[in-house]
Amino acid sequence: MSFISKPKVANPSLPRNELGLNRRDYEGSMSTLCAGCGHDSVTAAIVQACFELALPPQSVVKLSGIGCSSKTTAYFVAGAHGFNAVHGRMPSIATGANAANRHLHYIGVSGDGDSLSIGVGQLAHVIRRNLDMIYILENNGVYGLTKGQFSASADIGSKSKKGEANEQIPIDPVLLALALGASFVARSFSGDKEQLVPLIKAGLSHSGFAVIDVLSPCVTFNDHEGSTKSYAYVREHSEAAVAADYIAVQREIRVSYAPGEVLPVTMHDGSKVLLRKLDPDYDPTDRARASAYVQERAMRNEYVTGLIYVDQKRRDFHARHGTVDEALNSVPFERLCPGAAKLSGILDSFR
Amino acid sequence: MPERASATTRVNDFTVKFANVNGSGSASANSLVMKAIFRMGVPVVGKNFFPSNIQGLPTWYEIRVTRDGWRARSGHVDIMVAMNAETYARDVREVVPGGCLLYDSTWPSSTLLARDDIRTVGIPLAQLCNENFEGARARTLMKNIMYAGALAALVDLDLEIIRVLLAETFAKKPALVESNMKAIEIGYRYAKEHFDCPLPTRVGRMNATAGQVMIDGNTAAALGCLYAGATVGAWYPITPSTSLMDAFRALCARHRVDPKTGKHDYVVVQAEDELAAIGVVIGASWNGARAFTPTSGPGISLMQEFIGLAYYADVPAVIFDVQRVGPSTGMPTRTQQCDLLACAYASHGDTRHVLLFPDSPEECFQMAVQAFDLAERLQTPVFVLLDLDIGMNDWMAPDFKWDDGYRPDRGKMLDAGQIAALDRFQRYLDLDGDGIPYRTLPGVSPKAAYFTRGSGHNRYGVYTEDAAEYQDVMDRLARKFRTAARLVPPAVADGRGAPVAIVSLGSCDGPVREALASLRRSGIAIDYLRLRGFPFGAEVGEFLAAHQTLFVVEQNRDAQLRSLLVLETAVDKQKLRSILHYNGSPMTAAWVVDGVNSALARGVAA
Repeated sequence: MSFISKPKVANPSLPRNELGLNRRDYEGSMSTLCAGCGHDSVTAAIVQACFELALPPQSVVKLSGIGCSSKTTAYFVAGAHGFNAVHGRMPSIATGANAANRHLHYIGVSGDGDSLSIGVGQLAHVIRRNLDMIYILENNGVYGLTKGQFSASADIGSKSKKGEANEQIPIDPVLLALALGASFVARSFSGDKEQLVPLIKAGLSHSGFAVIDVLSPCVTFNDHEGSTKSYAYVREHSEAAVAADYIAVQREIRVSYAPGEVLPVTMHDGSKVLLRKLDPDYDPTDRARASAYVQERAMRNEYVTGLIYVDQKRRDFHARHGTVDEALNSVPFERLCPGAAKLSGILDSFR
Repeated sequence: MPERASATTRVNDFTVKFANVNGSGSASANSLVMKAIFRMGVPVVGKNFFPSNIQGLPTWYEIRVTRDGWRARSGHVDIMVAMNAETYARDVREVVPGGCLLYDSTWPSSTLLARDDIRTVGIPLAQLCNENFEGARARTLMKNIMYAGALAALVDLDLEIIRVLLAETFAKKPALVESNMKAIEIGYRYAKEHFDCPLPTRVGRMNATAGQVMIDGNTAAALGCLYAGATVGAWYPITPSTSLMDAFRALCARHRVDPKTGKHDYVVVQAEDELAAIGVVIGASWNGARAFTPTSGPGISLMQEFIGLAYYADVPAVIFDVQRVGPSTGMPTRTQQCDLLACAYASHGDTRHVLLFPDSPEECFQMAVQAFDLAERLQTPVFVLLDLDIGMNDWMAPDFKWDDGYRPDRGKMLDAGQIAALDRFQRYLDLDGDGIPYRTLPGVSPKAAYFTRGSGHNRYGVYTEDAAEYQDVMDRLARKFRTAARLVPPAVADGRGAPVAIVSLGSCDGPVREALASLRRSGIAIDYLRLRGFPFGAEVGEFLAAHQTLFVVEQNRDAQLRSLLVLETAVDKQKLRSILHYNGSPMTAAWVVDGVNSALARGVAA
């Protein structure tokens, strides 16, 4: 961690967004993670994405479980409420919070231990609910806070710092999400901000559950030779299938792409995500093909990155429940309570 | 205790028990009989003894007809409707001498049914059904209705009332009213023609049920949630709490759907497990919705970790624990009060929780509303401890009252204007000295943001591992718990000045009140304190101090209420004598009377 906190006074020359806020207005408290931790880069990408989308800070809700990654919700958007849940159970807190107020931006941050071991059940079911939130899984294949045990995402043959090799089959969050019917599935690398920021923006604009598996190396316990989640390994073995360019609602599309290469996807809020296929064989709207592609590449020790799958048509949690448009926490009591006159009618059915 | 008379006429004071096979459709026939008696103005108590099974196992339904309006089981059976050959032996044994047994005489009478001190009424139900109805399912169902008809003749029920009840049940299928009524009449006529009707134990019209309903506690609690303005419900199906959420959904479907848009003013989440259910409740409550979860013992076990988080981070939550027999899976369809300690101290670390103990459906309704007010006022989990007996059995209850002037107590929740007027918002300051801090909701103002965490935090909500800062927050939470003792519903005392008293709670109230009347009739001066909430108010300690001997009546093996009283009041524990009932059946007054009498005989009391 760094012990030198930057002064909160921002350089007046910093660019401002539509709300008149600069990037530093989206920062949180000082990170206490190890110097060089991949998670801090993800935090920076979240800050950048929220700034570029000009989200009012109070419209963001930050949710996390327990672990190094889950600490990071304190490090961005200081003006947003945050909830550090118990280990592996952030999705249920997110479900309740979203049920109470559907109009906020729910950003969940979790790790591979929090999501794929203790919390795999809650992750599976929040995917099934298609809850409108972005779920960023900072994946380093290792338990950091308890000093270096393998997590459920550790690859076969990947070696721990002490040289022990993992023999158990890893859980790939991307394949898991695809199998469970997630409506937005992406993978990125903490060291690739160019790719990650647009993905986070697209995920925030997606109506439904958006999961981004971010390979985010642990510099202390899993960045050595023999690890498949080290900076060097991930850089060498990542292969982007689809690049996503995020286009805000009010911006016109200026970049021109060769026809056939670009698939425009209109998000719920009217913004557009342009998917550029880097591999001509790839189709990010075909769940079965996407799944097969990711598996084939995994056999070749490659991580497929980019916006791997998107389905804008699946109804989200509130659409399925037929909830009123306003936030449930603001529905006037007079509308919720049937009152004394109706009570006697209700009681008559019990005589 | 009512004296047992054999062949003398006893109007409106007897118990009829139905022995059935579960899944055979008997429940509607049994409830038809009970409703008919209720509509004749006669108080009734219904108790269902059912297996954790879908089809084929023995099940019993007991209706106590009680002109005095007692709310407990009688503990004996005057009339047995024996419809399950598998349980003939035990069913026939249960009938009191001079009582009556009704069975299906289509087949040669079982020797098991032979008893010369009871009246045996054989009606060839299967044969009559085969002669009058087509189809296997219809015949099975009509057999149930037909024994109700025979019983109507035996205990003198009003057929016109039965017809009206059937018409209400089958309002959308008039043809079924006729076929059901036909079955009733066949049974009725057969009994009249072949036996002396009515029996000495029979029903006579009264006017004691006006302004009363027959309702179960789960439905009443669901109604309370509706009226309290709960908008988020989360649950995992578990007996015996499932019907609470079923009732809430049904009520919402009627009263919370916009007729024009079809949009819902509520969300019910069927979670993947109880861990998620309580998480949803905590997330929704944190974000300003009134949210609740109904569950039972195993669910409480699973929720422990999250309950500790809500306690430590000052988050409201309402939990209905419809207690069933433990430990472990236990007996899911049997009743007990075995989660008192598990709820009072739920979760690891120093935690203590607010508990409410309804004794009846009317209190389930009231306390559901109070639970939301208390949870938000105190910013903490509140448990409403029902049990299977209150939750799932049909109770006669006075009409629930509702004051249209009621507004939810949202507690110390700051709105945008109040936040704007602050220099700075700090989450866990105890500004009022009552241990309750101020809270804000997400989405209102960036100035109001704070971080909710179960890790060590200081009075500003900031992460800490500092000894003094940690202790400061824990001491505030203890202060808040003392505030809670002033806010929970106070205990209710009956009588004063006797040296001996009963202390009890929840569904024990029915048997205890009946026992008190009996004990007092026999010349024993005895007082009664019914606990309604935890932490205990000052009145509890005072009552305990004012009595020399206190019988603590509760439905668990380990005297959990007694433990709670010893831990949380200054009472001398030698004064507390346990009367424990924990076999899973609802308690009877006789159990309490015997417990008190045998203790007094041993010279326990002064």
